[in-house]
Amino acid sequence: MADLYQVQDLHLSLADMTARPLMGAAPRIEILKGLSFSIPRGEVVGIVGGSGSGKSTLGRALVRLLQPSGGQVLFDGTDITHLTEAGLRPLRRRFQMIFQDPMSSLNPRHRVGTIIAEPLRLHRFDAIADRVARALDHVGLPAGFAARFPHELSGGQRQRVGIARAIALEPDFILADEIVSGLDVSSQAQVLNLLERLVRDLGLTLAFISHDLSVIRRLCQQTIVLHHGRIVENRPTAELFADPQDAYTRDLLDAIPLPDPAQRWL
Amino acid sequence: MSFLSIRNLSVRLRKGPPLLRAVSLEVAAAQVHGLVGESGAGKSMIGKAVLGILPPSVEVTGGEIWLDGVDLLRLPARVRRQKIGATCALIPQDPLTALNPSHRIGPQITDRLVDILGWTRADADARARDLLAEVQIADPDRVMRSYPHELSGGMRQRILIASAFAAEPKLIVADEPTTALDVTVQKQILKLIGGMQARHGTALLFVTHDLGVVSKVCQRLSVLYSGLVVEDTSVADFFAAPGHPYSAALLAATPKYTDPAAGLQPVPDAVIAAVRAEVAAFDAGGAHG
Repeated sequence: MADLYQVQDLHLSLADMTARPLMGAAPRIEILKGLSFSIPRGEVVGIVGGSGSGKSTLGRALVRLLQPSGGQVLFDGTDITHLTEAGLRPLRRRFQMIFQDPMSSLNPRHRVGTIIAEPLRLHRFDAIADRVARALDHVGLPAGFAARFPHELSGGQRQRVGIARAIALEPDFILADEIVSGLDVSSQAQVLNLLERLVRDLGLTLAFISHDLSVIRRLCQQTIVLHHGRIVENRPTAELFADPQDAYTRDLLDAIPLPDPAQRWL
Repeated sequence: MSFLSIRNLSVRLRKGPPLLRAVSLEVAAAQVHGLVGESGAGKSMIGKAVLGILPPSVEVTGGEIWLDGVDLLRLPARVRRQKIGATCALIPQDPLTALNPSHRIGPQITDRLVDILGWTRADADARARDLLAEVQIADPDRVMRSYPHELSGGMRQRILIASAFAAEPKLIVADEPTTALDVTVQKQILKLIGGMQARHGTALLFVTHDLGVVSKVCQRLSVLYSGLVVEDTSVADFFAAPGHPYSAALLAATPKYTDPAAGLQPVPDAVIAAVRAEVAAFDAGGAHG
């Protein structure tokens, strides 16, 4: 089958704790309002939208950190929409996640080697030391970095460790949630080049969540634009940029500060 | 005459490496001057030195900061604080940590006007209401009674902008004021800051790592690497042809969605090596002079 993910009419609602009455359950607010799309194997899909558009929630539903309240999510033909934790466990290795802030997603008291080895141990891999070394090599970090602590690394290097931890498990799918938004432009460029190379070399499928359309333009073949929990556009990236159909997509494009002083905002 | 003139400002960690290396720059009244560089380049440190809020672990080792005709570094601490308090303000990066979560918005804007500048409570409240309206907050009275957590990120950043302009400062240091916001909100906020700055004739020292933002809001910029100003030029000249290989590399790293082939190039190792050599040469030369 060509599509790694098939998503049909995905709904997800969460309890609104700000509106919780003194007694009884909090009202639920619907974050995702019926999304349907598919992610072809081997492709990089961008998920873009403003804050509160539901892009991170969608990502978390794909890797089943959140359980959808309606609709269906098929991963490689398996329905994972309401799979139990035990049922998910054998699949978890196959969809991995890279987080936005490496400082809070890497344990500060563990060395880089331990951080990468931990999930390998959980999934009962063999030859763990070799796999750690190979993962570090893939992300362009020297083997000696295994002995370092996260605080000894720069932001870009930390984000590479997050990537190494994800690819060490040889997953089919990686969800990258705003992974370059905290980085300088130069480190950003390095991490994006690295991701591009890894997708090609390891045959990964990648969903790349970002609020930055310039980054999406560079990396993704297909782009999903979310606005208030609905898909407003889902098209090949080149087409989307050449001819944005939705008013919200145009707003997003207009808001990008292109490095061009001819069009000033002030 | 420049409103703010920094001359050969050097700052270092106490008993540690230099953080700013003889930084000089001029900001004329009602001008927006960008400070650009990667993290750790010292761009925020310049703003902190001007505002006299350097962390205790950092000391000024030389240079002058002329503000409105006086050298701040030669004033007694008390006079300096009064001078800075009366003429400068800060728009910080993170609106959530800059606002006190357990106080309502109103007093967070007005307390400084009342307690330090001696305004009456009624005048300060009226001023806060006007400013909140100026930053396009629809219902200033309700917002002044709100707590920070009840407001969105864009809303909180508007409040900090209003607050920065409250005492009609002559100079505002904006330290990455839109980095925490998404692009559409960023555009609104930058337009807002720009409009306020122009109407009030305020000079702005604008710290950012985003050259795209610089091209939209600044008239001049200084590019920093490791506390050394590698280029200080007008925005028009910079984007036409950067004058230093490191600035050119930073520009090439800046994403450009209109041209996916350009942009997002990592800074080449050779450029890093060359600019590091410049820093080392400066440190060696500094030992003699």
